[in-house]
Amino acid sequence: MRIALFATCIVDAMYPQTAQATVRILERLGHEIIFPAGQACCGQMHINSGYLDEAKPVVENHARAFGADDYDVAVAPSGSCVASVKHQHPMIARRYGDAGLEERTTAIGARTYELSQLLTDVLGITDAAAQLGSHYPHQVTYHSSCHGMRLLKLEDRQLDLLRSVGGIEVTELPEADQCCGFGGTFALKNAEVSSAMLADKVRNIESTGAGLCAGGDASCLLHIGGGLSRSGSPATTLHLARILASTMQDPAPAPESLRSGARA
Amino acid sequence: MSKVFIGMPPLPAFGSGNLNLTEPFPRAAARELGNQQLRSNLRHATHTIRDKRLKVVAELPDWEELRDAGSAIKESVMADLPALLERFEANFTARGGKVHWARDAAEANAIITELVRATGAQEVVKVKSMATQEIGLNEHLETEGIAAFETDLAELIVQLGHDKPSHILVPAIHKNRTQVRDIFLAEMPGVDPDLTNDPAMLAGAARSYLRSKFLTARVAISGANFGIADSGTLAVVESEGNGRMCLTLPETLITVMGIEKLLPTFADLEVFMALLPRSSTGERMNPYTSLWTGVTAGDGPQDVHLVLLDNGRSAALADEMGRSALHCIRCSACMNVCPVYERTGGHAYGSTYPGPIGAILSPLMTGIEAEENNSLPYASSLCGACFDACPVKINIPEILVHLRGKDVDSRRGRMKPPSQMDLLMKGAQWAFSSGTHLGLLEKGLPLGRLAAGRSKKIKHLPGLAARWTDSRDIPAPPPASFRDWWAKEHVPEAPITQQGGEA
Repeated sequence: MRIALFATCIVDAMYPQTAQATVRILERLGHEIIFPAGQACCGQMHINSGYLDEAKPVVENHARAFGADDYDVAVAPSGSCVASVKHQHPMIARRYGDAGLEERTTAIGARTYELSQLLTDVLGITDAAAQLGSHYPHQVTYHSSCHGMRLLKLEDRQLDLLRSVGGIEVTELPEADQCCGFGGTFALKNAEVSSAMLADKVRNIESTGAGLCAGGDASCLLHIGGGLSRSGSPATTLHLARILASTMQDPAPAPESLRSGARA
Repeated sequence: MSKVFIGMPPLPAFGSGNLNLTEPFPRAAARELGNQQLRSNLRHATHTIRDKRLKVVAELPDWEELRDAGSAIKESVMADLPALLERFEANFTARGGKVHWARDAAEANAIITELVRATGAQEVVKVKSMATQEIGLNEHLETEGIAAFETDLAELIVQLGHDKPSHILVPAIHKNRTQVRDIFLAEMPGVDPDLTNDPAMLAGAARSYLRSKFLTARVAISGANFGIADSGTLAVVESEGNGRMCLTLPETLITVMGIEKLLPTFADLEVFMALLPRSSTGERMNPYTSLWTGVTAGDGPQDVHLVLLDNGRSAALADEMGRSALHCIRCSACMNVCPVYERTGGHAYGSTYPGPIGAILSPLMTGIEAEENNSLPYASSLCGACFDACPVKINIPEILVHLRGKDVDSRRGRMKPPSQMDLLMKGAQWAFSSGTHLGLLEKGLPLGRLAAGRSKKIKHLPGLAARWTDSRDIPAPPPASFRDWWAKEHVPEAPITQQGGEA
């Protein structure tokens, strides 16, 4: 299968290793990965902040970058960006009465998948250790990000994949379904409430005793990681893709060696 | 300055009363966050009721179908509202009731005052009602020399405490029982001075105080959960029985109901009686459901009135994207699952309607351009828990985004210098609308690394971004973006099958 990678702006700029891991996992399964160079961002920050006029060129850019038929499916290591591509892009097109853009964004949305969705529903991966060689012998807890959980209905796909990694110990996170408080510009506009939500998330992660909180959304992990780092917590965050890409030969760093800088 | 164009009807009037914020949400929220007692009371209460709701909702195999049915009925009501209102009025009037139409809070208050005056009564008893909270009826009656006594226990606690409700179902959710005892001791006439904070004793004190009010009041004021157009029937759903006392004992009954509360037929009530108690109190059925249709000779109030309240509802209805906010049946499920409400409580929202539904309903009813409520649509991380919990499937996150768009648009082109947020969004538009632009920007990543220094963390940023670094670090950026890595170094990995199943 020819798979187009949508790296997302945060992963592209801040967490290249998450995108590299996504590429490695899919290439290991024998797929060809392409990276449409015109891609930038899904525009979710603009849309969710109410800057819809400013969002339109961002949405158009995504439709240009992913509009060609030179790939079978697109994948992003981020539930919220995929939800934006699927739900918000056609909405923006409708708002501006652009029928052509609506058609293109709807078609792109229909073949865009979040990583665990692609692995589970399209590629039939049920056992990461056996099928991907995934190995990560550490205690890990897991945060299910809101948009993946509620907008994409990922259910237990990410958690099931995580649990099937060789050597891993997955500890349940109390109040796992509670928002970490990021919410894009919410973290700036309502910084105090956002910080209070984050403090509870940090406390719950620490209560598990795990050195690592895994998740499928780099933006939430950036927020949670930033909170763990500021509170001097022994725990940090790492994206699911990096754990799935970790093998005995090429292991992802252990939680304790990730602490400085809280890499997601 | 209002402009009326010939041939263009003016937009419906916006609502007034207790719908407006008095200070921006972020400021009010920050203050409420500091109240540790409030935080722990709210956390305990919302989590308890959340778990109860999940349990009783899980009992129904057709819950999703019920939600769809509720949503569809409400949609049909909104599409046909004028005709349904007229049908309701005709049927209610034919059964001996009187209907009064109120465009806004001031009109409703004036009508009710006049009706009470006509009875010669100086006191009224009240069933808990969101509509009368919304129009500030109690305060208005007080200025007219009429005393209004709340008879719902929690509402009574709030009233005696000279406080405001902070939750639509549990108005005193922010008070613990010791605080309730202190309020009773200080404010309840004839209270036992040895009152403890034992819940049974507190309820007993309220009971004996209220009993005398029920038996002497000649006028009662209620809200209504539903109005049935085909029969002219009104319905009140409650837990304590105080409502039924008010609805049956006095001679005069005045009900205030928002125009959106109608249902077409009696059969439609069935759907909502399954949805409402489970969503609101986490019960299979509420203890008391009172239904009345006009006047019954020799039984119950003989002078029965209904004030049909617009107060901004037509304005909300005129907003095609936002109108489904009027589907709300005031169950409070959205606020019980909202992480923002859980931490700030209801007072931070300023309006009678707090939580996620309030964050859309208040601006829709008062108008986002008015700047009174324009910080409310941002009082959400858009986590979506409210949409999942809503029994009539109001897509609250989508309406929040729609209102944010209206807010941003309403500020466009004014002669103010652009805000930091405006500048951030303009800059990001440039960067995110081209891969080349973003790639150029990413060439600056090493600068961020430099700023992070040896700790590999950015701990302070200037301007708006300081709101982030007040409580969170930012990791040092990588030496190069993924884009650059791909262009320079990407060498495809050999598939597993060719390695003979990687060990």
